[in-house]
Amino acid sequence: MTATASPQTTVLAEQRVDGPVKPAKHRLSRKALGWQIGLYALLIVLALIYIYPFLVQVATSFKTDAAAAADPISLAPQPFTWAAYERLFLNSDFPVWFGNSVVVTVFVTAGRVFFNSLAGYALARLQFRGRGIVFAGLIAVMAVPTVVLLIPKFLVINQLGIYDSYAGMILPLLVDAAGVFIMKNFFESIPPSVEEQARIDGAGTFRIFWSVVLPMARPALITIVILSFQGSWNELSHFVISTQSPELTTLTKGVASLASGQLSQGSQFPLKLAAAAIMTIPVAVVFFIFQRRIMNASEGAVKE
Amino acid sequence: MSALSPARRRAGSSSSGIRRGEAAAGWLFTAPVLIILGVFLLVPVLMALWVSFSDWTGRGSPFSSNVGFVGLDNYAAVTTGGGLAERDFGTALRNNAWYVLLVVPLQTALSLFLAVLVNRAILRGRGFFRTAFYFPSVTSSVAITVLWLFLFSSSGAINEVLSWLGVNGPNWFSDPSGVVHNLLGAVGVTSGPAFLTGNTLLGVSWWDWLAGPSVAMSAFILMAVFTTSGTFMLLFIAGLQNIGGDVQEAAMMDGANGWQRFWRVTLPQLKPVLFTVLTLGLIGTWQVFDQIYTGTQGGPGKTTLTPAYLSYSSAFLSQQWGQGAAIAFVLFVIIVALTILQRFVLRDRPVSRRRIRQYEVPAQKGAKR
Repeated sequence: MTATASPQTTVLAEQRVDGPVKPAKHRLSRKALGWQIGLYALLIVLALIYIYPFLVQVATSFKTDAAAAADPISLAPQPFTWAAYERLFLNSDFPVWFGNSVVVTVFVTAGRVFFNSLAGYALARLQFRGRGIVFAGLIAVMAVPTVVLLIPKFLVINQLGIYDSYAGMILPLLVDAAGVFIMKNFFESIPPSVEEQARIDGAGTFRIFWSVVLPMARPALITIVILSFQGSWNELSHFVISTQSPELTTLTKGVASLASGQLSQGSQFPLKLAAAAIMTIPVAVVFFIFQRRIMNASEGAVKE
Repeated sequence: MSALSPARRRAGSSSSGIRRGEAAAGWLFTAPVLIILGVFLLVPVLMALWVSFSDWTGRGSPFSSNVGFVGLDNYAAVTTGGGLAERDFGTALRNNAWYVLLVVPLQTALSLFLAVLVNRAILRGRGFFRTAFYFPSVTSSVAITVLWLFLFSSSGAINEVLSWLGVNGPNWFSDPSGVVHNLLGAVGVTSGPAFLTGNTLLGVSWWDWLAGPSVAMSAFILMAVFTTSGTFMLLFIAGLQNIGGDVQEAAMMDGANGWQRFWRVTLPQLKPVLFTVLTLGLIGTWQVFDQIYTGTQGGPGKTTLTPAYLSYSSAFLSQQWGQGAAIAFVLFVIIVALTILQRFVLRDRPVSRRRIRQYEVPAQKGAKR
């Protein structure tokens, strides 16, 4: 071992001796090192700016009201208290809000996964008259800004008699044009040969979709799950216009009312920040589980 | 493929052969999406269009016989009425225009900058930095607004940091003064010339149009840049990765330095992504609602009022349903018009002769050497 290793080290030593003979190259690498250090310093400062607010948020939720006002920037609560969380879970509607958000998110996510992939498959594979028109309609729908739809959606929900009910909260969110678009693109990217085989074996269209195509579509389905989970968990405006009773308040609406001071006297920042922190946990968990895919999903979206 | 498709279609419609029933299945599969989008998107838009031409007050059905058709009255009230409705709409447009004007360039530049930094070939902890920059985009606008209200409160973290620098921070979310007016005030200009204060547009004087975003709105502007730069960074990273290394190498061989390579080689190739980011930014920034609903409800001094929030509050809080719907449609037209305008400005143009000459000169020099 040592016998074979020694010639190599001498070669390396020679190269090192060679170094000062070419000063230009050496200076360049030192300059590059300086650049490298500067780059990392810049990135670390930027990362700190992006992350620190969330650390402050968590830290402040464990502070007392007075401490939060006196020292808004430290990460060590002095004194440490669970008061904000106790108040949220024991003496407020917060658990109800949380439950409503869970119900809505579960139904909306399930609905979007099923209906979006169904429609996406039809648009990608099935030949039927009017397919072009349906597709053009979907594109047009995607172009309508959601905020413009606040009053219109309320009108129709009210007219249908589902105002202030779970139906009114869930049904309008149950499909989304962008999701259909993602599924259509995915189905077009996989070869049709497997389906042809199943069709020759006599399987019906829904059977082919359900047991042959859908299992292959897992990556795209996970994208839909992530997008609809985030979308419905973070949705505010739709619940503002579709409900009014306290039993149907979701987290977003409840925390927004907390923020505008309807429940509290004084600023009560620890309480509000605790509520906001708990609200962030589910999306943060989903984000960290599917991190790699989220990054890739948006990359895939641009390639079109 | 194209020769096959008519035959296929015929087979599908004639309900024979292996693809029989496909037309029915196609409609059946798309039916849920079509019905829900139809009922909760198309029908509502038509209903709201009717409401915007009516004097409905929110009681009963808007289609009952005692609701009258008032023509363009609601549109007139918010655009030429001369009353409070017009002034509010003008103020909301002013606020949102400044918001768009500052947020769109800032978020585009910052996200591009972050993408270029993170996309370097040799970088340790790339995943960590990408995650850090993207994380604010995942959280809900309500949670971020609550956090922002705390950070930018009078005794909050931002003012604490400013005090280290010897700056006495403002009481952010209670300060209605315009940033441009404040800058002018710092050099001694406290009131505008008569031709600016004397003329009005949508009930707001030209001088007030130029006030800039209020200090309160500036905090929202910073928040928008903070929360969206991560998403757009991902789009730019994807764009950067699609660019082949060979063009970069060719430029390097021609002696272009890093700066020139970025502006003359990388950026032109990123044009499609840039286009997407600007379009999404423009559409998003005209729809400011959640932050205002959660944070300021339009205050202080109506300087964070936006058309989206005004549309909501006119209808749901003031029961002026016709005006609320009218504002929503005007906002829709603004968004569509600006998107088309932006498409026109950023369209692909043939390279001008002046440009070609610009590129030729350094290349010839390189060849002579």
